[in-house]
Amino acid sequence: MHDHTHHHPHPNQPDEEDGPFTEYRLLEIALRELLIEKDVITQAELHKTYRMMDDRGPHNGARMVAKAWSDPAYLDLMRRDATAAAKSIGLEPTWLNLIALENTDAVHNVVVCTLCSCYPWPLLGLPPDWYKSRAYRSDVVQNPRKILAEFGTTLPETVEVRVHDSSADMRYLVVPKRPEGTEGWSEEELAELVTRDSMIGVVPALAIEDL
Amino acid sequence: MADPLFKVGDMVRIRDAYPIGHCRTPFYTRGLTGEIERYCGRFANPEELAYRRDGQPAVPLYRVRLPMQKIWPDYTGAPLDTLEVEIFEHWLEPDD
Repeated sequence: MHDHTHHHPHPNQPDEEDGPFTEYRLLEIALRELLIEKDVITQAELHKTYRMMDDRGPHNGARMVAKAWSDPAYLDLMRRDATAAAKSIGLEPTWLNLIALENTDAVHNVVVCTLCSCYPWPLLGLPPDWYKSRAYRSDVVQNPRKILAEFGTTLPETVEVRVHDSSADMRYLVVPKRPEGTEGWSEEELAELVTRDSMIGVVPALAIEDL
Repeated sequence: MADPLFKVGDMVRIRDAYPIGHCRTPFYTRGLTGEIERYCGRFANPEELAYRRDGQPAVPLYRVRLPMQKIWPDYTGAPLDTLEVEIFEHWLEPDD
């Protein structure tokens, strides 16, 4: 590193005001201001929607998984009607027809949408880029064990790998296996072990030593 | 509205058809035989929705379980590996 004495000014980092607004940005501002001015929507409604969109994320799915690990009645509800299970803890994925897929010693579930990028947004947030990539979408249905190994997940031949192609109206949440040594943990503590990728099914939940 | 044609455990064949337009039946599943894993309910027909029609009457949707070795004859994973996929009723015929 060269010797750097501060006698000269540094340029500021470019900010969004430094360039011209894009056409879409201008359109958004004009439309939003008009809709508010004409009382079609209110600023408060707009902020409520922003908040709702910001609240989508894997912390929601993790709450469900942690509760399923802790509460047998909740796990039973997840098996029968995962949408009802989401609603019962205050999550409102209103458009979602949810199926919970439970990983066990006998079955490992992994989710893909080969036709596009169907994904349970309210529970996991926006999908990662790799989930939408052609490589993942085509390979995981043909050679799931190879893809899982690329994520570091190697499964014995005695475990059935079950790939779920989210091809129409259902959305999927994988319930990973509960990590060893977590007996007596609270739901909040357990939720820390539940990652987005473990709820897609490409990796297990975190082990205690990963925390 | 007629009852759903199939029940859990029924063996079905996914139609080997290639109509023009949008549909939600992945190519790699067409012509294959599998087992009804569950009935999901009725949903607006995506082949109609794609053209901004209302998709009614709603069509029964199922999940079909297929053995990987049936989908990919050269499958290199374990013989017990499976795939489950959502298929609309008009893409299914009884396998007998």
